[in-house]
Amino acid sequence: MTAHSHDYVALRPSNERAFPIVVVGHVDHGKSTLIGRLLYDTGSLGEDRVAQLREASGRRGLDVEWSFLLDALQVERDQGITVDTTQVWFRSARRHYVIIDAPGHRSFLKNMVTGAARAEAAILVVDASQGVADQTRRHVHLLGLLGIGQIVVALNKVDLIGRDPQRVSEASEEIIRCLAENGLAATAIVPISARHGDNIVRAADMDGYGGPTLVDALDRLLPRASNLNLPFRFAVQDVYRLDDKRVVVGRIESGQLRNGDTIAFAPSGQAARVVSIETGNGVDRAEAQAGESVALTLDQPLFVERGQLAGPAEEPPATARRLRVRLFWLDAAPLAAGSRISLKLGTAEREATVLDVEEVLGMASMQTADRQEIRQHEVAQVLLGVARPLATDRHALLPRTGRGVFVRDFRVAGGFVVTDFDDAAPVEAPVELDATPGVVIWLTGYSGAGKSTLGRELVRRLSERGRAAHLLDGDELRRGLNRDLGFSDADRRENVRRVSEVARLFAEAGTIAVVSVIAPRAADRAMARTLVGPRFAEVHIRASLSACEQRDPKGLYARARRGDLKGFTGIDSPYETPVSPELVVDTEADDLATSADRLLAFVDNWLG
Amino acid sequence: MNDLDSLEAESIYILREAYATLKPIAMLWSFGKDSNAMIWLARKAFLGRVPFPVVHLDTGLEFPEVYDFRNRYREEWRLDLVADACPSIEEVDPTLPPNSRLAARKTLGLSQAIRKHGYRGIIAGIRRDEQAMRAKERVFSPRGASGEWEAKDQPAEFWDQYNLSQPPGTHVRVHPLLSWTELDIWRYIARERIPVVPLYFARNGKRFRSLGEIGITTPIDSKAASVDQIIDELATTRAAERAGRTMDHDSEDAFERLRAAGYM
Ligand SMILES: Nc1nc2c(ncn2[C@@H]2O[C@H](COP(=O)(O)OP(=O)(O)OP(=O)(O)O)[C@@H](O)[C@H]2O)c(=O)[nH]1
Ligand SMILES: [Mg+2]
Repeated sequence: MTAHSHDYVALRPSNERAFPIVVVGHVDHGKSTLIGRLLYDTGSLGEDRVAQLREASGRRGLDVEWSFLLDALQVERDQGITVDTTQVWFRSARRHYVIIDAPGHRSFLKNMVTGAARAEAAILVVDASQGVADQTRRHVHLLGLLGIGQIVVALNKVDLIGRDPQRVSEASEEIIRCLAENGLAATAIVPISARHGDNIVRAADMDGYGGPTLVDALDRLLPRASNLNLPFRFAVQDVYRLDDKRVVVGRIESGQLRNGDTIAFAPSGQAARVVSIETGNGVDRAEAQAGESVALTLDQPLFVERGQLAGPAEEPPATARRLRVRLFWLDAAPLAAGSRISLKLGTAEREATVLDVEEVLGMASMQTADRQEIRQHEVAQVLLGVARPLATDRHALLPRTGRGVFVRDFRVAGGFVVTDFDDAAPVEAPVELDATPGVVIWLTGYSGAGKSTLGRELVRRLSERGRAAHLLDGDELRRGLNRDLGFSDADRRENVRRVSEVARLFAEAGTIAVVSVIAPRAADRAMARTLVGPRFAEVHIRASLSACEQRDPKGLYARARRGDLKGFTGIDSPYETPVSPELVVDTEADDLATSADRLLAFVDNWLG
Repeated sequence: MNDLDSLEAESIYILREAYATLKPIAMLWSFGKDSNAMIWLARKAFLGRVPFPVVHLDTGLEFPEVYDFRNRYREEWRLDLVADACPSIEEVDPTLPPNSRLAARKTLGLSQAIRKHGYRGIIAGIRRDEQAMRAKERVFSPRGASGEWEAKDQPAEFWDQYNLSQPPGTHVRVHPLLSWTELDIWRYIARERIPVVPLYFARNGKRFRSLGEIGITTPIDSKAASVDQIIDELATTRAAERAGRTMDHDSEDAFERLRAAGYM
């Protein structure tokens, strides 16, 4: 061991975690080149890497292409573009870093998010000759959503603008504005040339610039605030059975836990005292803290399962049925209001319905759009409904348990942070245990298909047998509760929403609520199902449009055909046939008595 | 918590996520330093026992010290070892560069094991700092029906929300050591006193830094004869860890081709 190598070790405190920084910015603004240069100039590269680099560059007719250090895929080298994120390690005189490279091309935004989410700070690379570009804005907005507030701006390629101080300060101002629009600020703006190595490690003589080099600016960044002093949260991953013990395993997401503490699990609401904490080496611990993976045993045999979230018994985590979230959408197929989507929050997974799209932000333009659909790479605020209650926190208070992802077709399709939610009662009693279960039976179908007639008949027969049942009829409700609503898509949707809420209240009171409302949109019916929860049945009262038009009991079809009635379902407004209703009753094939028998048989069968 | 505590906690979290959601699952055990550290972590994650099989992709060409190590620690750690022989070199894609073909035998051996045992999850001890292609990996990396890796179109992965669900007939590679560096592994081995194959320690001025099969792995010049000396050596070296793995250097795209076809 030479004295020299000992010095080297001393520079790297052995218990220090490498500080993760992501490099973001528009395509071709020089991110990969900057990182390559940073490694070279700090002496972090082995000789063989440099030799390989020269060879691969030469093969493509280039001098030394620093970006090849990171752009390892053949397609990346051939096209001179980063496709996927990668990371490298380097150390400054002060500390150890992990530098994460992110692609700037818009097609690879999912990879940029993948890389950036691991970081605690960002280097925003902006080409001084081009200024703020589309992906600069997009990336800045995403940094805000990902909670990366520390940003060093590398104003790159100043060689292309002749290192002109005037143009440097113009470009800086534009960047400051862009950051400010997203509630962010730069900790430093460093004019650099990645290609020539100016102001990266070595300070360049640049007119009018007296600030730090890039590495100096990085050395001044602070680690992310710890989660230690936040409320205690523990995400349950699994329950293991060891001999006669049941051990709950998971990670402490925030706060601290002491042996002997009483903790409560959401959404079950059950509480127990912790009687042992173990981190894996068979040694009992007196306490554990945020970030640790632990195994707990409890003083009571609670039913605990994966997906639950524990907190202090005196202040357990909230349980939500409806959540307002801010989301970014990565999938090529849009997310529309009314659609169903799987979500993951902590270790919990849920089916959710998009109840309302409140605001859509096209990220590149940063313009809001007024539509009920979120397209790829857009940010939006939406209201989600989950059929089963979900334990969560507001992201602003507890980031780690207040955010999650959407999953579609086996892939992560977007991310969200929870801004608000309704605080549902800690879980309803299980369905089977309820003595007089109320339910909602939704009859959907064309006008004239027989919804009201069959609904009345069903309620009559149930009442005769002493069951509490009530008809909520669309026409009737439109004269009262919904009299301010017309027949636009939005009004029909609101109509369905209100009726769903009322029906749910009836059901909660133990009544069988029979709803006869057309509800022509599948998305609206899905919303009704989500709002009501598992005690919901959709029954399609089927009759062909021509049969209904022939029946025309109220003369409405005739009026619609004459044009006196606009937006009439089946004539000039669509009806989306249910794809998987619980029951189809065909009033064209069967008479009223037979159809009513079938409905009653279904209800008997369902409710036992 | 220091940096090793954080890395350990993260790896344990990953292992538990994998075990809870991917069934059946198995872990690859190559007897190298990384895969021993990984077994060590699994024994912690599952409180003393490894609850799934460990798979040795056996080419019959390991060093004798490696077979000795295997036989000793499968007993001592009570491991459920699956060691099927890999298909022969004749079955490998003949257009691959010569040094890659042995690695390709392992790929075939792996897909054979996956077919035979129906694994939905395979845990492998690769790290981002080993190799530029591995640096682009996901922690949970979905594979196609024949094990292939879609490097150009990987799913997003962030906030520890892994791609756990998967289409039928495919599997997921799980990489609990992705964030560790070579130095982290050795420091962890030192701290936990994890046993390693003696070939890592210098004898007559040579030691293996990366352990592969006989014939395609060459030792480096070194005087490091203990774990602590290896740690000191790594703090100053500027040579790449896999420099002694001939298969990485056949051609510029050799490793990418191997990985795209399903190599670890
Ligand atoms: N003149 C000049 N050219 C530069 C400088 N930095 C980078 N370039 C060139 O700009 C081009 C793009 O650089 P990359 O590093 O690949 O850009 P990137 O931001 O990583 O691009 P993506 O990852 O694909 O988004 C390359 O041809 C670089 O050589 C600089 O300081 N001055
Ligand atoms: Mg790049």
